[in-house]
Amino acid sequence: MDMMRYVTAALFGALFGVGLYLSGMTDTQKVIGWLDIFGAWDPTLAFVMGGAIVPMAVAWKIAERRKAPALGSAFPAPPEPKLGRKLVIGSLFFGAGWGLVGLCPGPAMASLFWGGSQGFVFLVAMVIGMALAPMAHRGLDAPLTTGDVT
Amino acid sequence: MQTDWLWGLFGGGIIGMAAAGFLLINGRIMGASGILGGVVDGSAKASRRENLMFMAGLIAAPGLLVFLLGGAETHATSNVLLLAAAGLLVGLGTRLANGCTSGHGVCGISRLSLRGIVATVFYIAAGGLIVAIFRHGLGWI
Repeated sequence: MDMMRYVTAALFGALFGVGLYLSGMTDTQKVIGWLDIFGAWDPTLAFVMGGAIVPMAVAWKIAERRKAPALGSAFPAPPEPKLGRKLVIGSLFFGAGWGLVGLCPGPAMASLFWGGSQGFVFLVAMVIGMALAPMAHRGLDAPLTTGDVT
Repeated sequence: MQTDWLWGLFGGGIIGMAAAGFLLINGRIMGASGILGGVVDGSAKASRRENLMFMAGLIAAPGLLVFLLGGAETHATSNVLLLAAAGLLVGLGTRLANGCTSGHGVCGISRLSLRGIVATVFYIAAGGLIVAIFRHGLGWI
């Protein structure tokens, strides 16, 4: 079963990458265009999101009625209801970096072969940021002396 | 312009099918930052190989497509400082928030996860603000 899981994982990764490329989301100027509300705003990203969310919403409904995934033991746990400051701070950091260059983790990987040295520098920095994250996690978990409540 | 929107919708549909398949077949949430980040910090453990296989497909397939069709550009800035700063922010931020555009955006919003919706609002707001400042204020991007 493990072997089959690896094959399907590679297939879904491939499909994800092809979708990212065809949708235009590996073009950083289309992404920055979506975020550029004071300039030549480009709504393409909303179409991509809409196009992706509809089949995924159906998949969640199907998953509700099934006991287990076809090649796995269990479906993911229901979403955590608590928000917390890590979600907010992390998303603000992510959005800032996303706006600066127009790349997020999926397209950064999908464009590795043709994104040139720019894409490579971004990807290496992103991996370093990910490697540093556990430290930041512990820092934010530590109670603040001001009695801050998340 | 409208052709781009149609390609967006079509490509988005393919992304959604990939996410749907990864959930229903593999039982996993298709979040790019979690799949890579779990391998980077060692937290993936049991799913490490599955994550690596997913990333192999994610990197190889569009690479092959571009090789066959020819000519693709990411049009990314060549400012190394901007690239490095942005990469660090994206890497750190997505792991702190436990998700990015695919995990929180596509997979979270589609099951009406409050965390997914809140994260998406915040990263789009931050991105919009940064583009306003750096493009229209400073003229750097």
